[in-house]
Amino acid sequence: MAHTNHGEVLDIEFGNDHGSVKSYIHGFILSLVLTIIPFAVVSQHWFTTGVTYAIVAIFAVAQLCVQLVYFLHLSYKSSARWNLYVFLFTFLVVLIVILGSLWIMVNLNYFMMH
Amino acid sequence: MSTTSVTAAHHHHHDTEATIVYGFWIYIMSDCILFASLFATFIVLHANTFGGPGPKELFSLPYVLVETFLLLASSFTYGLGLLSAFKQKQAQVIRFLLLTFILGLSFVLMEVNEFAHLVMEGHSWKSNAFLSSFFTLVGTHGFHVTMGLIWMLSMMIQVKRHGLVRITLRKLTTLSLFWHFLDIVWIFVFTIVYLMELI
Repeated sequence: MAHTNHGEVLDIEFGNDHGSVKSYIHGFILSLVLTIIPFAVVSQHWFTTGVTYAIVAIFAVAQLCVQLVYFLHLSYKSSARWNLYVFLFTFLVVLIVILGSLWIMVNLNYFMMH
Repeated sequence: MSTTSVTAAHHHHHDTEATIVYGFWIYIMSDCILFASLFATFIVLHANTFGGPGPKELFSLPYVLVETFLLLASSFTYGLGLLSAFKQKQAQVIRFLLLTFILGLSFVLMEVNEFAHLVMEGHSWKSNAFLSSFFTLVGTHGFHVTMGLIWMLSMMIQVKRHGLVRITLRKLTTLSLFWHFLDIVWIFVFTIVYLMELI
């Protein structure tokens, strides 16, 4: 019985795929690269201010995707699908909170000045 | 016990654990909204330095890069630890947890050091709106990491005591979600608070 339990424990995924050593190594290398590049771009002043902002923002989003896929294993696979749906909804709420706050505050600022 | 009821019991346990992990994921998502509001506050207030020094005078980018590397590496070692847990390699799990703990602790100590320097130079959260929002956002993240470290310490003890059974595996899985989530939040702290302020 104890032996059976032991065997059963091995295939439990808890609704979360836990990946492989290879996928963790890939994720780690990608996340390092995606950290070093925007750091270099900001500290070396290679581009104009506007372009630098855009590059840094794009690399942050890419980094988010890498971490979600390689470390948190979000995917359309049935085991992770509900986690993904909740995440997408939360992402929408986060965008509303941040962009909404900025919209309101920029407007207030504008009306204070004019 | 017949084979069918054993399988049913197994499925039942499996479902319970999966539901707990899913519930924990929903908690993490609510934490995301907490951080979103702190980020929004920071973005709105970041220019209000009340005549005091701004981010360009106060922050050091290489220092923050080291902090980022520590946290990224800790996420990686935790992932490897979780894999060994599902392979039932107990000693290896504890080694990886210890390594993750050391990396996470170094991160927290670096952050405490940064905060202490700022406060001792007279730039505390009381100085201006920019620093209030900075300390709240970065401090809340640091507090989460500290809680994660305490949880990790307790997991090392639990794995040692009870082995890699269903409950410890589930707890290791939820802690992995928490730890990777904090890594992702840090990426945005690194980008919005440090990189974008120093452009």
